[in-house]
Amino acid sequence: MTSTSADVPALWAVRRSSTGTRISSAALLAAGVALFAVPFGFAAGVVQQLTTLFIFMILAVMWNALAGYGGQVSVGQQAYLGSGAYATIFLTQHAVPPYLAVLLAAVASALLAVLLAPLLLRLRGGQFAVGSWVVAETLALLVALDADLGGGTGISLRGLNAYAPNLRRAYTYWITLAILLLLLGLVVYLLRHRMGVALQAIRDDEDAAAALGVRTGPLKFGLFVLAGFGCGAAGALTLANTLFIQPQSIFGVQWTAYMIFMVLVGGIGTFEGPILGAILFFLLQQQFAQYGAGYLIGLGIIAAGFALYLPRGLWSLPADRLHLRLLPVGYHLQRRVARPSARRSDV
Amino acid sequence: MSKAIPAARALTGRGLSKRFGDLVVLDDVDFSVVAGDAVGIVGPNGAGKTTLLNLLAGSLRPNAGTITLDDQDITTTSPATRCRRGIGRAMQIPRPFAGLTVLENVLVGASYGAGLRGQHAYRHCAEVLDTCGLIELANRRADSLGLLHRKRLELARALATGPRILLLDEIGGGLTDAEAVDLVVTVRKLRERGIGVVWIEHIVHVLVQAVDRLVCMDAGRIIADGDPQAVLSDAVVVDAYLGKAQ
Repeated sequence: MTSTSADVPALWAVRRSSTGTRISSAALLAAGVALFAVPFGFAAGVVQQLTTLFIFMILAVMWNALAGYGGQVSVGQQAYLGSGAYATIFLTQHAVPPYLAVLLAAVASALLAVLLAPLLLRLRGGQFAVGSWVVAETLALLVALDADLGGGTGISLRGLNAYAPNLRRAYTYWITLAILLLLLGLVVYLLRHRMGVALQAIRDDEDAAAALGVRTGPLKFGLFVLAGFGCGAAGALTLANTLFIQPQSIFGVQWTAYMIFMVLVGGIGTFEGPILGAILFFLLQQQFAQYGAGYLIGLGIIAAGFALYLPRGLWSLPADRLHLRLLPVGYHLQRRVARPSARRSDV
Repeated sequence: MSKAIPAARALTGRGLSKRFGDLVVLDDVDFSVVAGDAVGIVGPNGAGKTTLLNLLAGSLRPNAGTITLDDQDITTTSPATRCRRGIGRAMQIPRPFAGLTVLENVLVGASYGAGLRGQHAYRHCAEVLDTCGLIELANRRADSLGLLHRKRLELARALATGPRILLLDEIGGGLTDAEAVDLVVTVRKLRERGIGVVWIEHIVHVLVQAVDRLVCMDAGRIIADGDPQAVLSDAVVVDAYLGKAQ
């Protein structure tokens, strides 16, 4: 069990990046920046569709961070979607310019998460899931009772009609893309940092993580607030993209169903999976949403199929077979290659 | 019966009691271990051995009594804080972080428990993995390991936290004799490095090879404490294990 070699650490090195991950992360960053040019070359319809796709990506990335990395399986992230959308309405009613209101609403949703964290984070597993859902339903009821926010019939976002439609879609697109890239950057930072392994340790066994010195409370809190911010931004951007909301739809549990679908189908607990899942979900919605109930049944069958036959999602196919990694977020212990000049001469 | 141990540089519990409802699991127990000392704990099932370890590690709070580390009261501090202060712990049933690799499992202990960063953490992990015979498996996912390697990983994670006092709960259970002897060699090495070891184990003949003091517990009390051979031949201990002689 014990080794006899005197200086083991010198023989081994931990590698985090490789030429492959350096090239692919540079390519991803370049692609992200290049996407800012889309409104200059494409029709307004395409810009609006892509905005929808990016909102899905934000939701998938946030739910994956929360559940896939942090183990907080929330069924209530629609609480922040709704609060983001309605905070935008409230702020524009109080003379805040609409796009500034969208950003402030995301911050307000993060604050809502700060307030709810002491209540929800004391729950674990199924209790946390149900508790988060109850909170979302409660908020929906409170909003529906408020006539100033349009009550149960819904409300339009005024103020954005000051912009020409094409310009408005472009602005919304740029803000959505910027927030998506910001959140992706934050998740990469988390995974590069030691907090990444600590969060995953909490996901797998919270008590064991604490026994190894991890202060679990602050880490869970930070992740919960980050997800509140991201989902709040997604809600505010959904409003900016569609200009009208109703409490029953923006606070609806179907958002959680979509998030779970995107993350499970793409690959939970991976960086790339949720992005892939969001693209797939977006394409399915484009093609089949008009079939109503049949479309939802189809989504359910696909999700069940993945859970049974490909539980680690689409991304596991290239990741397992080709050992493909796009980002330098893992740890790989490997033997140092002995250089000829460093070889010891036998005396 | 208990030896006089200076309180400094030691983990000490005084007058520890623990009840679950009406059931008294630990009854006014005094226990102490100093750095570089190896103490074995034996006793029949339900004697309170694991409960004593839980109190020392902080995963349970005592109903009465105090716990000190180097003369500082730590009775109410969290498991995470105790780990950072130098109390490492390996559980009876290994609880690997299933979705992480072996290296990442150990890295959690090195970066949080021992507070190491970057290359310092990596070097420490390589050393610990080598000590525990896991270095060739470093990049495997923890959920792909068999029982022996899971047990080793449990020990490796606790070691990675850089403990001065290491609490081991039946880490030899389910292992073959040869594997258990490997464990003895490892524990002796830890002692030589100045780590204090508290080891609960049912395989007594393995345990006595690694410890220089043996504590026997029965029904929530310490009934013998001292030189391993003396404790094992103590009439009270024999009675507790085998029932009273006719």
